Amino acid sequence: MHRFPPAEPIVKVSNLSKHFADIMAVDNLSFQVMEGDIYGFLGPNGSGKSTSIRLMLSLMRPDKGRLEIFGMPLKQNRMKILKNVGAFIEKPDFYEYLSAHKNLELLCRYSGIPADAGRIMEILELVGLKDRASYKVKTYSKGMKQRLGIAQSLLHDPELLILDEPASGLDPSGNRDIRELVKYLNREKGKTIILSSHNLSEIEMIATRMLIINKGKKLVEGSVKELLAEQSYLTSFMVDDATRASKALEQGPFEVSRLLVSDKLLQLHCTREIIPDINAYLISAGIRVESIKIEQTLEEFFLNMT
Amino acid sequence: MRKLVGIELYKIFTRKRSYIAFIAVLLIILIAQAAMLWEGESMYAYLTKNLSDAFYMQGKLVNGYLMTYLVLNFLWVHIPLLIVIVTGDLFSGEAQGGTFRLVLSRPVSRGGLVSAKFIAGMVYTFVLMMLFAVSSLGLGLLLFGQGDLIVIFDTISIFPEADVLWRFLAAFAYGLLGMVTVASLSMLLSSMASNSLGPILSTMAIIILFTMISTFDFNFFRYLKPFLLTSYLDAWQMFFSFDPDISLILKNAGVLLLHCGIFYTATLLYFKRKDILT
Repeated sequence: MHRFPPAEPIVKVSNLSKHFADIMAVDNLSFQVMEGDIYGFLGPNGSGKSTSIRLMLSLMRPDKGRLEIFGMPLKQNRMKILKNVGAFIEKPDFYEYLSAHKNLELLCRYSGIPADAGRIMEILELVGLKDRASYKVKTYSKGMKQRLGIAQSLLHDPELLILDEPASGLDPSGNRDIRELVKYLNREKGKTIILSSHNLSEIEMIATRMLIINKGKKLVEGSVKELLAEQSYLTSFMVDDATRASKALEQGPFEVSRLLVSDKLLQLHCTREIIPDINAYLISAGIRVESIKIEQTLEEFFLNMT
Repeated sequence: MRKLVGIELYKIFTRKRSYIAFIAVLLIILIAQAAMLWEGESMYAYLTKNLSDAFYMQGKLVNGYLMTYLVLNFLWVHIPLLIVIVTGDLFSGEAQGGTFRLVLSRPVSRGGLVSAKFIAGMVYTFVLMMLFAVSSLGLGLLLFGQGDLIVIFDTISIFPEADVLWRFLAAFAYGLLGMVTVASLSMLLSSMASNSLGPILSTMAIIILFTMISTFDFNFFRYLKPFLLTSYLDAWQMFFSFDPDISLILKNAGVLLLHCGIFYTATLLYFKRKDILT
């Protein structure tokens, strides 16, 4: 396993740019991923996430900028770096005419590691495909291919995992499985993970730090907890009397906006921190709070930031 | 490198598409020779009618060697087409299938991958040409037996039976070099494409167009001929003249080797800088 000083970032991207014809796909992008992070790489479709990831894996050549992984420049140390990086990029494509086991065997050989059948079965078991190991990939469903995609990224036990929309197109249970697997790999196996997604709630649930990009540019980078705490959430209170609750809040000490009232529903925008205080205030004002729902879409997050 | 070549060969030989060419070669030879078995004698008598008026022809002239010589003419278009079905897909098939992402995000050198694909493509071409040579010669001799070889090309040449086999071996060897050159061209085009059909059709279009230009005897085309790949592909025919101009054959072989080198280098330079977008 590669060793690097603890203070050094595992991935360091500086002023990275890439254009296609007249479109600036990645525009002067800089960020750092530290050891042990689950680093959320967030942005809407077409924001430049996948291009950035392809640049990090040297599948594309940057127009300008510098990429360092494990403290080494990628350009000069591509082979050395990629030995310790596992990647799942966009959609899981395999040699469809071969079985899952055979695909992984070939990929082991490409990675320069022994194609150990025991290790392959162990990885397939981890992603729940052990029983289908000998089936040709062309018989696999999208969810199974997605899981095989994760499996191939783990084959050579890399220190850094780059997962580009790994849960895309999966049903809720498949989505949860991937989330649990990512958490497990980070906590139990000590892997640093870059997780790209266009789904804010997905990142919120598992990432420790995140970067948000749009039109190839960095919007914000930092701790997920801190970034989201500063943001305004659409919070829905189901109460026994929404009109009375609304009036009570107007007289209260809180900075809330966009009060929307229906019969029993009170919706307002506020920061996450003050939600328990609002709840306590409403109860003390004699209002019965039946439920609280907090939500925020990526679009709202962007709107709040820009 | 051996490891990469092994993987590429494994990928080629586990695809059903790779066996289409083998089956087609066997069928082409079988059908051609069956047709000749059926009415070869009468067809040959018709073709040599004028000659038989002037010459006394003796012995078994419709024999395995003549059949093999006739089958060799499939080297113009049919065999190249069968080869590029596989070699034209070696790069573009991975681009289309999205598997370059899988391979090139691993510690695999792009130069090494290009070399491995070229070597694997050449091995495939060699296997196909071996099948072509063995089946045409073997089946020809089995069905029609041995005998002297009569070749009507510019002049009439009749080669004694003992002087024929080496000519076929040399012609097949030269044919192999020609087919390797065609395969190299298809791999260059394949490296630039992201769908399989494009490079296969483009290679065949180039071969057919160049062959047509080489065939027409206009002044302008005559100036173009030395620059056309196809002008050097058919030099296997020179082995069927009484006194083959070995230096000219070697010069032509050198030009084909040069083409292979240029196609390989161009692929290498292009692919090393290529952005993997699929």
